[in-house]
Amino acid sequence: MAAAEHKHPNYMAIFWYLAILTVVEIAVIYAPLPKVTIVVLLCSLALGKAALVAMYFMHLRFETRTLGLVAITPLMIATLLVFLLLPDGLAVAKRTVGVKAAVSAPPKH
Amino acid sequence: MSPSASVHSAVEPAESPLTPESWGKLGMWIFLAGDAVGFGVLLASYGGMRVTSADWPSPYDVLGINLTAAMTFLLICSSVTMVKALEWLGKGDRTKCRIFLFLTALGGAIFVSLQAYEWSKLIHEGLHINGNPWGASLFGTSFFLVTGFHGLHVTGGVIYLLSIIRYVTNRREPQASYNAVEITGLYWHFVDLVWIMVFTFMYLI
Repeated sequence: MAAAEHKHPNYMAIFWYLAILTVVEIAVIYAPLPKVTIVVLLCSLALGKAALVAMYFMHLRFETRTLGLVAITPLMIATLLVFLLLPDGLAVAKRTVGVKAAVSAPPKH
Repeated sequence: MSPSASVHSAVEPAESPLTPESWGKLGMWIFLAGDAVGFGVLLASYGGMRVTSADWPSPYDVLGINLTAAMTFLLICSSVTMVKALEWLGKGDRTKCRIFLFLTALGGAIFVSLQAYEWSKLIHEGLHINGNPWGASLFGTSFFLVTGFHGLHVTGGVIYLLSIIRYVTNRREPQASYNAVEITGLYWHFVDLVWIMVFTFMYLI
């Protein structure tokens, strides 16, 4: 069977987008911004880079929509897993902050 | 094709409707989806351990990001050589395809070598799988587990790429190996995609 060829997007343009986004990621960690903003920015940039690789290098943009669903399923499972872990993680984190504050506070007599 | 054969194929298609080129591509996508869940679980557990730890070290202070940024750039370059190999094969130029496949494998081999150098440097500085001088012992455990799992994928990818060069060489027509090279490319780009996530979550955040 003759293999059907895909359209070939401008790969060099995708390469430059990825390279520039990597430089922006490194610049973001040194930016004078609150930690939460930095984390949100870094997650968004990483997802953007991953989407570029999947859509153009892996040709997902030119595949059927059903195959796109196969590809996006792990992302949905991972997101669900994060939200499952989050309540427990935040509760322990709150307790840990309390323990750290108690340790650093001077003893009362 | 006889009318009866045509009716039969309409009822039971010989080709996957999801990936008209081959079942192999669908198989690789399903494998990658499963593998992505594996990496997703590792990174989510890393996040969980980090949030609940009181003395988690700052990764970019301990690990350093200059070498890793260069490794990220190298992996992005190897993804470009991979798509170029497929592009040249589509144009019927098998020699250029093999050269680009070899460059991709070389990029992967250099990546693994740099990772081995990074590991030995960090181990020498005191980062171990069961402890480190900077804080939570799980920091080292998760670092070696996640980067090691990814490194094994890259090593497997290099072997896969070298095998596919031989496969391309042995086919009579360049088009006969197009599908196999595209499937190899899916694996290699996935390894790049996972590194983008690992680099962000384990080194930058």
